[in-house]
Amino acid sequence: MGAEFVQLSLTPLLIGVLAAIACALPGNFLILRRQALIGDAISHVVLPGIVVAFLITGVVSTWPMLLGAAGAAIVAVIIIEAIKRIGRIEPGAAMGVTFTSLFAGGVLLLEQSDTSAVHLDVEHALYGNLESLIWLSAEGWSSLTDAAALADLPPELFRMAAAAGLIALLTLIFWRPLKLSTFDEGFASAVGIPTAAVSLGLVVVAAVAAVAAFDAVGSIIVIAMFICPPAAARLMTNRLEAQIAWSVAFATLSAVLGYVLAGYGPLWLGADNAVSAAGMIATVSGIILAFACLFAPHRARIGAPRGA
Amino acid sequence: MAIAAEPIDIAARRDPSASVVNLRDSPLAVHELTVSYGEKPAVFSVDTMVPPQSMTAIIGPNGAGKSTLLKAALGIVPRLSGRVTVFGQPVEKAMHRIAYVPQRASVDWDFPTRVIDVVLMGLYRELGLVRLVRRNHRERALSCLERVGMADFADRQIGQLSGGQQQRVFLARALAQNADLYLLDEPFAGVDAATEKAIIDVLKSLKAEQRTVVCVHHDLATVADYFDHVLLINVRKIAEGPVATVFTGENLQKTYGGRLATTHIDQLKLPVG
Amino acid sequence: MSSIFLNALVLQSGYNAALVALGAALLGIAAGSGGTFLFLRKRALVSDAVAHATLPGVGLAFMIMVAFGGDGRNLIGLLLGSAVTAGLGLLAVEWITRRTRLAEDAAIGAVLSVFFGVGIVFLTIIQSMSSGNQAGLEGFLLGSTAGMLFRDAVVIAVGGALAVAVVILLRRPMTLVAFDTEFAATAGINVRRMDLAMMGLVMAVTVIGLKLVGLILIVAMLIIPPVTARFWTERTDRVIWIGGAVGGVSGYLGAAISASAPNLPTGPIIVLVSFGLFVLSLLFAPRRGMLAALFRRRRFQLRVHRRQGLLALAHNEPIFDRLTLSVLSREGLIRQDQVPTEKGRAQAAKALRDEKRWAVARQLYADEAVEGRYDGLTPIETVLTWDEIAEIDRVIGPPTAILS
Repeated sequence: MGAEFVQLSLTPLLIGVLAAIACALPGNFLILRRQALIGDAISHVVLPGIVVAFLITGVVSTWPMLLGAAGAAIVAVIIIEAIKRIGRIEPGAAMGVTFTSLFAGGVLLLEQSDTSAVHLDVEHALYGNLESLIWLSAEGWSSLTDAAALADLPPELFRMAAAAGLIALLTLIFWRPLKLSTFDEGFASAVGIPTAAVSLGLVVVAAVAAVAAFDAVGSIIVIAMFICPPAAARLMTNRLEAQIAWSVAFATLSAVLGYVLAGYGPLWLGADNAVSAAGMIATVSGIILAFACLFAPHRARIGAPRGA
Repeated sequence: MAIAAEPIDIAARRDPSASVVNLRDSPLAVHELTVSYGEKPAVFSVDTMVPPQSMTAIIGPNGAGKSTLLKAALGIVPRLSGRVTVFGQPVEKAMHRIAYVPQRASVDWDFPTRVIDVVLMGLYRELGLVRLVRRNHRERALSCLERVGMADFADRQIGQLSGGQQQRVFLARALAQNADLYLLDEPFAGVDAATEKAIIDVLKSLKAEQRTVVCVHHDLATVADYFDHVLLINVRKIAEGPVATVFTGENLQKTYGGRLATTHIDQLKLPVG
Repeated sequence: MSSIFLNALVLQSGYNAALVALGAALLGIAAGSGGTFLFLRKRALVSDAVAHATLPGVGLAFMIMVAFGGDGRNLIGLLLGSAVTAGLGLLAVEWITRRTRLAEDAAIGAVLSVFFGVGIVFLTIIQSMSSGNQAGLEGFLLGSTAGMLFRDAVVIAVGGALAVAVVILLRRPMTLVAFDTEFAATAGINVRRMDLAMMGLVMAVTVIGLKLVGLILIVAMLIIPPVTARFWTERTDRVIWIGGAVGGVSGYLGAAISASAPNLPTGPIIVLVSFGLFVLSLLFAPRRGMLAALFRRRRFQLRVHRRQGLLALAHNEPIFDRLTLSVLSREGLIRQDQVPTEKGRAQAAKALRDEKRWAVARQLYADEAVEGRYDGLTPIETVLTWDEIAEIDRVIGPPTAILS
């Protein structure tokens, strides 16, 4: 299994795990802020952001895509806020209007422009292509010390590692203001925390996670990892620090188990072809959440829900 | 009902007791503050000057803009017009001297955190982004919990607390801020008698330490016992001054209008009349 | 191209295109009015979970039909399958919200992503199946009318018509439930059953729209028209009809535009047409629109500052606020050196008199009707009759002049 594993499975596995963690970290705060569906909205608007970036620059490369997607996320948040405030429309409906329209615009732009030469289409955007991110020049575990082989690692791995590292670092640095303004916004602004900036920063970080992951694994994993691991983690503990740890563990487990089941599961069942790794990772995260809903120690609500 | 021939002193602007306070000394001075949600003012052109080291109650009927006044003074809700100074400085520059206790219902008590963590939030200005929580921080947080009688609950999840206990935790967090001005939004709403006693004892000890306390308050029966200064508002300011002279049946009638039966007023322990 | 578009608009570009346009219009009406109930119940995004949860059903139905020897592409069979998993998704959302501490938004997000993931797994299984003709299942993601069979178009048109009929039939009880659940319950309506009917309608619209708009964008047809309609009226029943109209127009125009040129996918075009209508409403609706709101807000702010300034003049107090000063001087109420003009003194006296009248009025009429209007801006003439004011003036005495 060694050589083949390193060549075909090691990098997709790592990328999947990093993507899952990068999304799960901001997802914890989105869930506690009752903004889980912002994650849904972001992962939809990443498409128009990337398409516009492509139309402007004419190439599919990291930075324009990252900027385009982050820009689209900010535009989406501004539109959602505007609809909420001006029209006095409830947040869910405002989100629904915004992300579907932006997504529709993205699809239309994609159909209208010539992207046949580049790797940019809706299906790819939805479920990525984790399986193709292989390490061709690897010949076994020894390649990990081989500079020439290392240089040939898929660039998505470095991109995803950088994004995950950045997000982990930001979460650590801004831990206190994030936690404080998520728990008690009024008090947070009274002790001088710029709560509006924190909220927007969280959305931008989520967008960065979404776009970095999106390229490799597509937007289903992005939504599933924003929500399922943190939601399951919330049911395991009553401490935010522990919740974050659980969510990282669940995200990792989903990615590993999902990837392995997608790649080898059908073989064990006697079929010849693997199934979508992205879909399987989302499925596993859903199964974990279902188990948490049924058996987790802190699954029941104790305090009155907000607004009650 | 008797109609006063001179019901003129609309804003009590030249209230003798108010003029004693110097703007520079006043822990909280508000000038022509107007706030509106949409098309109707929630607070209209309110002036007030809280005397130093006082215990001030903000009194008024539901929807009279009491909480809005506090939040607008702190800049948590936007002001349509008006200036706010804290110890003579613009409020934005004096936030470090203020401790704010929001309404208990304004947060989600299902949040995954412990009592001690909430109290440590009061040390945010000191701890900043990355400074580690050391033993002395933890001990200070514990002593604040001690002051409100909640030290035994330090490691509890906040959702397991009763309403009164939650309110005490919020007060402990404000104590940790070690401020000169304490602004509390309905600290006695929906709490048990023991908690009410505990909270008022702490507030009185704050006053004894030369600090200033301002509470949005709804229970008219306890105003005379708990506070020495009142601000009566109903969108507009109705009256302001020492409890002894301002907390009168006539002013309450002006504040609450038909919502307060005369018999009810008679039952209150009013200092005069 | 414009003539092709006109042809499509008047149903001249062939049987299929005409049926599709009609079906889209009917579906739009049903979605727009049916979505209103969801929107008024503040559960708009539940439809997103329902829509995404259709995908595994499509895949399963295909596999089952192939297993029984069919070609797997029977639209009715696929739609039935999608309805089953959509229903499961809906149940899962409700179960998670009711039984755990997770909020509805987290439940929606979890269900939509997980069901969608399962659906993708099924699609990849189907792709590797040797039997059956799986081409076109991806069309359910974003909708595709290209190469649509005649009988598929009939299914959409008939389904849309049925959904519209259900909306017309159930509009009264559903409106009551959406507007005031408790009152509806006391009025003898089975709220639980109405909620189920509402969700059933949403599921039906979603399933019928799958082929046309696709499961990712079908929620737009349920959400955008009601939100658009909300800008034009304050009345629930009108939101339903306007929502239906917006949906119908979007569906019809969208299908027509899409049929007029290549590379214009039906689903996105329908969504963008309704988004266009939404943006127009957001900007220009007479009362709730953005321009109207901005204008009113500014006028309100100026009124507040003018009144505060006049009262300060009346009390002979200095004015610090710059906006107040500029409002007063622009109206010629104060001079450059902030001394009130003749007109300013007159207006200040009037404001002061209004305040005095209010003070008396609040003692005389200590009731909600008067109380609630004492906000500093409402002139007393709008609350009391002139006879009542004359009575008050007798108490106050003659007006006092404001001296500078």
